[in-house]
Amino acid sequence: MKIVCLVKEVPDSEAKITVENGKIKETGVKFIVNPYDEYGIEEALKIKEAGGEHQVFILTFGTERAKKVMESAMALGADEGFLVADGSAPDCDSHTTAKVLAAALNKIGFDMIFCGKQAIDDDSSQVGVRVAEMLSLGHASVVNKFELTDGKVKVERQIQGGQEVIEMPVPCVITCQKGLNDPRYPSLKNIMAVKKKPRTVFTLDDIGLSADDVGVNGSFVEVTKFEPPLEKAPGRVIEGEPEDTAKELIRSLREEAKVI
Amino acid sequence: MVLIIAEHQNGQVKKTLAECLSAAKQLAEKLGGEIHAVLIGSSLDELASQIDGFAIKKLHLIDSPELEKATTEKQADALAPFVKGGEFKAVLGPASAWGRDLTARLAAKIPCGLATDCTELRWDGDKPIFYRPVYAGKAFANVAFKNGVIMATLRPNVFPPDEKTGETPEKGTITYDAGSVASQILDIIRKATGRVELTEADIIVSGGRGIKGAENWGILEELADTLGAALGASRAVVDAGWIEHSHQVGQTGKTVSPKIYFACGISGAIQHLAGMSSSKVIVAINNNPEAPIFKAATFGIVGDMFKVVPILTEEFKTIVD
Ligand SMILES: Cc1cc2nc3c(=O)[nH]c(=O)nc-3n(C[C@H](O)[C@H](O)[C@H](O)COP(=O)(O)OP(=O)(O)OC[C@H]3O[C@@H](n4cnc5c(N)ncnc54)[C@H](O)[C@@H]3O)c2cc1C
Ligand SMILES: Nc1ncnc2c1ncn2[C@@H]1O[C@H](COP(=O)(O)O)[C@@H](O)[C@H]1O
Repeated sequence: MKIVCLVKEVPDSEAKITVENGKIKETGVKFIVNPYDEYGIEEALKIKEAGGEHQVFILTFGTERAKKVMESAMALGADEGFLVADGSAPDCDSHTTAKVLAAALNKIGFDMIFCGKQAIDDDSSQVGVRVAEMLSLGHASVVNKFELTDGKVKVERQIQGGQEVIEMPVPCVITCQKGLNDPRYPSLKNIMAVKKKPRTVFTLDDIGLSADDVGVNGSFVEVTKFEPPLEKAPGRVIEGEPEDTAKELIRSLREEAKVI
Repeated sequence: MVLIIAEHQNGQVKKTLAECLSAAKQLAEKLGGEIHAVLIGSSLDELASQIDGFAIKKLHLIDSPELEKATTEKQADALAPFVKGGEFKAVLGPASAWGRDLTARLAAKIPCGLATDCTELRWDGDKPIFYRPVYAGKAFANVAFKNGVIMATLRPNVFPPDEKTGETPEKGTITYDAGSVASQILDIIRKATGRVELTEADIIVSGGRGIKGAENWGILEELADTLGAALGASRAVVDAGWIEHSHQVGQTGKTVSPKIYFACGISGAIQHLAGMSSSKVIVAINNNPEAPIFKAATFGIVGDMFKVVPILTEEFKTIVD
């Protein structure tokens, strides 16, 4: 099986994000593999290690810079990496991003697709599901248990008040949630091996798309501006002995905040 | 026209319908047209009657035994022709686990844009702007639709729910021709906890590493039970194995916005704040006055949670009784 893992380049979750003139300022920010995508890579590697003829591919859509992140994802043990490199990537909405990824997937071929439940920059949680629709595949999102037997995928996902068990044939798209597995760290051996493994950089043209398909032109939505979070009025610290603080808190909740 | 996708579970239409309605009213006023809603599932008559009284012109039912246990793929399949053919300019749904999943598939089918997990509806003249958190709440995006159907999911508990005004929506049925979908629900495993679900709770009592061990949840459980609250947790305690992941609040857990969020022994890491900072009132109980949670808190108590929480529970009991 060709197992393709979609991997997005995102700012480190600890990064300080600042907004300047309505835009996100990314200077000094470290870029990493989107944390949820690591669960997908881990699951793909587990399938491969369980035996059989399998290859694990990394697919990233981003600017040239994203090559590094694609390689860090490969360093977990993937066989091949693909980057669709285009300057328009940051301006693509979820629809356009999915369109690019679907086109690239058609180009490289796939038997199974893993991705993250959401990217920790746009927090949009759409791309994987959209890719499934564009490729006419089944999907299960926010999955925390995965099993593959006889060409059938059986997964579990958290729903309100319980778990849902879903089954579907491969190929399909699984969007991964924490709890699915414990992603490994890159080993020195695998880090060294990346440079020897095939790494392909596609242009839009290579996957049959043009500049009109992507960026602001190809998107249904656009971010007109970013804003920093509203500064909250500083809270009030209630001091005193436990009995007094408890009483004062309840009074505040009733009379000031009026929530009880 | 504006369409609201109504969510239901265990025979109850969710409150998110009323929340979507308040935003739908604004959209209908500016964009023109009626407000409609759609319910999808099987044996929907009882559920439909729960919508009587809301200011919705027409309620469409996609009712089929085929949809009893349907994946969102199948539900989107059922909805897409209707949404496409219905002259709907805008479609609103809940940013719940179900709503996010369904709308992503539906938006891809239309195809159209989708603004996920919005916390505010703004206007730029007569152009709606959907305001939503990004980078785990470290920034907010103003999302505008350039063309096509406007589709958005709204974060539960954030928009004021619209009140019932006494009208009864007209009812219509939409026939569903089962297409061929790949995914199929085999089973739904419910855990009977007796407690409210986190994402729906009005009050949440959450514990962090300050709880010191799994054996100490009792003090938080008692406060939660006194208040009819849900039980939340930080990632640190989930990773330590003191509580299940389904209780985790934050970037890699659930996003919640209750009326009151009690953060007990939680330091207030950015990833935790990402999941709860839209709560109306945040109460922090922490013995370290420097803990970052106090910056996010509406009310803070600097003290030992093992002393403060039980007293708080007793005080609440006297007013609840
Ligand atoms: C990619 C990524 C995703 C993450 N996602 C999440 C997420 O979804 N949710 C999440 O919560 N975290 C998440 N984290 C982890 C987060 O960074 C913090 O490590 C975590 O939230 C800390 O949990 P805590 O506040 O319980 O523990 P700590 O930071 O150890 O804080 C414990 C607090 O308890 C206080 N305390 C100790 N004893 C007492 C006492 N007797 N009485 C009162 N207070 C006491 C201490 O003063 C301290 O402030 C994520 C991290 C990463 C890198
Ligand atoms: N530019 C991209 N390149 C590769 N994968 C992506 C890209 N954008 C999104 N994805 C995948 O889709 C998932 C969901 O992203 P999002 O819908 O943006 O929250 C991510 O976790 C990735 O697996």
